[in-house]
Amino acid sequence: MFFSLDLLFEALMFGVLLGCFYAAVSIGLSVSFGLLDVPHVAHPAIMVFGSYCTYLLASYGWDPLVAGTVLMAPFFLLGMLVYRFYYETFEKRGTEAGVRGLAFFFGIAFIIEVGLILGFGVDQRTVNAPYIGESLRLGDYRIPHRMLVAFGVALVLTFVLTLYLSKTFTGRAIKAVAQDEPALRLMGANPVRIKQWAFGIATAASALAGAMLIIVGPVEPALDRLYIGRTFAIVVLAGLGSMTGTLAAGLILGIAESIVLMFFGASWAPAVAFGILLLVLGVRPQGLFGR
Amino acid sequence: MKFWIPAAVLVLAAIGLALSPVNEYFFYASYIVLTFVVLATAWNILGGYAGYVNFGTAAFFGLGAYTATVLFKWLGAPLVVQIAVAAAVCGLLGFGVGLLTLRLRGIFFAIATVAVIFIMETLMINWRYVGGATGLQLLRPEVMAPFETYTRMLFAAMAAMAVGAVALARWVQVSWIGRGLRALRDSEEAAECAGVPTLKLKLFACTLSGALMGAAGAPMPMYLSFVEPVSSFNLTWSVNALAAAMIGGTVHWLGPVIGAVLLGTLQQVVTVTISNEVNVLVVGVLLVLFVVVAPEGVLGLIKRWLHYFR
Amino acid sequence: MKQSRRKVLKAGAALAVTAGLPVRAARAQQNVVKIGMSMPQTGSLGAGGQAALVALRLWVDDVNAKGGLLNRKVEFIAYDDQTNPANVPGIYTKLLDVDKVDLIIAPYGTVPTAPLMPMAKQRNLLVMGNFSFQVNAKVKHDMWFNNAPWNDASSWSDGFFANGKRVGAKSVAFLAADQEFAQNLANGARALAKKDGLKAVYDQNYPPTTTDFSSLIRAIRASKPDMVFVMSYPNDSVAIVRAVNEIGVGSGVKMFGGGMVGLQFTPNMVNLGSLLNGIVNYNSYVPGMKYPGIEDFLARYSKRAAEAKVDPLGFYLPPFNYAIGQMLEQAIRAVNSFDHGKIAQYLHNYEMKTVVGPIRYGKDGEWANPRVVQAQFRGVKDKDMDQWRQPGKQVVLFPEQYKTGDLIQPFEKARG
Repeated sequence: MFFSLDLLFEALMFGVLLGCFYAAVSIGLSVSFGLLDVPHVAHPAIMVFGSYCTYLLASYGWDPLVAGTVLMAPFFLLGMLVYRFYYETFEKRGTEAGVRGLAFFFGIAFIIEVGLILGFGVDQRTVNAPYIGESLRLGDYRIPHRMLVAFGVALVLTFVLTLYLSKTFTGRAIKAVAQDEPALRLMGANPVRIKQWAFGIATAASALAGAMLIIVGPVEPALDRLYIGRTFAIVVLAGLGSMTGTLAAGLILGIAESIVLMFFGASWAPAVAFGILLLVLGVRPQGLFGR
Repeated sequence: MKFWIPAAVLVLAAIGLALSPVNEYFFYASYIVLTFVVLATAWNILGGYAGYVNFGTAAFFGLGAYTATVLFKWLGAPLVVQIAVAAAVCGLLGFGVGLLTLRLRGIFFAIATVAVIFIMETLMINWRYVGGATGLQLLRPEVMAPFETYTRMLFAAMAAMAVGAVALARWVQVSWIGRGLRALRDSEEAAECAGVPTLKLKLFACTLSGALMGAAGAPMPMYLSFVEPVSSFNLTWSVNALAAAMIGGTVHWLGPVIGAVLLGTLQQVVTVTISNEVNVLVVGVLLVLFVVVAPEGVLGLIKRWLHYFR
Repeated sequence: MKQSRRKVLKAGAALAVTAGLPVRAARAQQNVVKIGMSMPQTGSLGAGGQAALVALRLWVDDVNAKGGLLNRKVEFIAYDDQTNPANVPGIYTKLLDVDKVDLIIAPYGTVPTAPLMPMAKQRNLLVMGNFSFQVNAKVKHDMWFNNAPWNDASSWSDGFFANGKRVGAKSVAFLAADQEFAQNLANGARALAKKDGLKAVYDQNYPPTTTDFSSLIRAIRASKPDMVFVMSYPNDSVAIVRAVNEIGVGSGVKMFGGGMVGLQFTPNMVNLGSLLNGIVNYNSYVPGMKYPGIEDFLARYSKRAAEAKVDPLGFYLPPFNYAIGQMLEQAIRAVNSFDHGKIAQYLHNYEMKTVVGPIRYGKDGEWANPRVVQAQFRGVKDKDMDQWRQPGKQVVLFPEQYKTGDLIQPFEKARG
């Protein structure tokens, strides 16, 4: 592998775009795991499920981004239901149940994966849109439009969510319930309802993330396994509960992966996320901006 | 004695079966069920006794398979040596993982173990000697008399390994080590205050668990005559080990055995009659079902029924 | 006490259950001969596999209409391995020990076939190979007969490199998937390139699950090669073509392609359309090539494929899969037995007539006379299936006897 400034610059540029995409994909987990402490290992699986729903709608002619946005509503309800079930079965019954909650979500992730295989087969699925396949020419550099679209959506999503959590009443209640649940209860708010609402938002974000996933590249049912590493690496690196931290961590991961891809080859890239995860867990488990 | 006599009977029965004219496919399928018994038992030492839910079974299993491959390709080592060295190497990995994840609990520990799987897989993908992502075709050596085929011999070997693994788990459970692990599962701080050497016990559990999982993985390349990274490090091994132990019951060494036999047999029947995918669906659904409805597993259910009849 | 006894009982019960597994037909019935295989019907090779299966079933029906093989009806069993080599040992063990098949055919493709080879050698089975590449090179099984128009790496890459040298190419970039097919071909092609005096300016393997090739294409562009030799499977081939379209491979590249599996599958050809223009790739048959009986076969195949809702053109695999059946038929009738050894002996020594022409095997179980075509895509339009039926969309550059045109280069010019 030879080193060239041009290649490095392209790798960085691509890494930034990729990183923002990863951040958008992890934002849902930042809320559900970062703020609510739910061991949500099924988050990538729900996201891939969202990709397939987008694929279905796209086969009727819908634009994938529009499909993703529309899917946010039913996914919000799905999220609320899942959280309710999780709360009643596990969280209410104490810390021993935490272990079982983890096993529960792993089971759910596998059920979703197999369900997708049985429903759609193992073939890769893609969608078509005017912005998929074209690229922007900047001199010698070419930036695919689909990456720009994912980049844009990611920024908007992060921005909107950060605003929501800091400016609106429910948003601040969500942050409060993460910090100090008994205090919130004393102030008259129902923490379970708030957490349910938050989980719903996280799942809705996953729906949009799923749409972006299938815009950026082909999806297949087993894709969630690769994203467990990426999303958890980002959320842990960011520090639990920090939205802007998620963006920063996403950028770090995206750039790291891009550079490894360019200079060490495609066979090392998948390990970057997991390597970063282990590093953070070993050295600074509270992450960069953790609470 | 009450344990050893039935155990010896089982091993002899397995060898006897392997020498009888039963359909060849029976051994092919049962080998996998026995592998699950070893994996579930090994998982339970750390996951059930100590309460550290470990998703990294596939990492040790795969590393065991690849260690055996290297030994076979480089030295033509016999099966027994492959298993022994694989156990040693994976025990070391277990020790290392234990050290690295000292301060992690709950989901962080689980996710860290998943990370180990992918890192191991990536290492093997980048190692041309063992075939990289392409994989390696392996020609089995001549089968030892009195067994007719290699698969039958592997079946007998795995049956012996299963009994050995269960014996080890039973010993851990009834000894002071088991008491210490139970204490630290219930409350790690309290155990430490009471003078239990939690760090040493955790490392011991990690090492033993890893070694057994590696031993279970070692005969796999010979079983398939083929080894490749994606299936060797497949997350499905982890889910199966965990599910078998949790379905059977995690407090007693009998639990993982029951869970593995039940789950494994069901999966093999499904594979032959329906399809391969529905396998994973079976694990997922049963796991979720038991975790929600019967958290103490089959053993817990049996205990409850016995109470009703007393 | 109670618990250990319980353990014995439980284990014993489980063993009993598995011992009584439902077995399809314990004894082969006297008037049926079973042929079994695993075929990738989903996954990367799925589109090709499904078409191949239609052709095989067509052969089974043809044979049964003539009274079967040696007066026994042929029963055909095919499972789906999903292009996943890990599924193959289990499937063939099931075929042999549960379904009790009499003959086996290999899955389509090198990657699913690789795990079958040690098993076949150890159990001493005749295997009819199906478009694999050098998958028997390490195992060296002597009852292996691969039906594919190539034998070794040079039979494949000669055409590509010869064209390159004719237009003055001096350097080559290799991009290969890390799997059995691409690695076998890459190892051969590298050696040949060196012998030919070509300089390898880029040489990378990628994991078969890679979906984004932007970085790899960028790196290739930066290394400024004259030729780019790509060895990939359908999913990656499609992704690479799209990436080249998005990122561009550089104006100095004279030839691009060579060993991209999947660009011969009709669904990919139709979906990629004009993105294919300019690519020089291998093929087994393009319209215009005259094999005796092939146009007849394609017409009959087309009808069956339309019913099965599968690739209606059927240029790539179906004729060869039908030929596998024809070879088995000829050999079995000639030796009047289903014994694997006798059939193998016949296949080694005689030339057979099939819809893809005469086939004769070399000692290694590969075709003695290779016939790999290198063709350049030209003037392909989007979303048009019928354009492929006429000659002209794939201009044959090599070998001489089928040649219909000269290379247009550089690659960027041929795309426009």
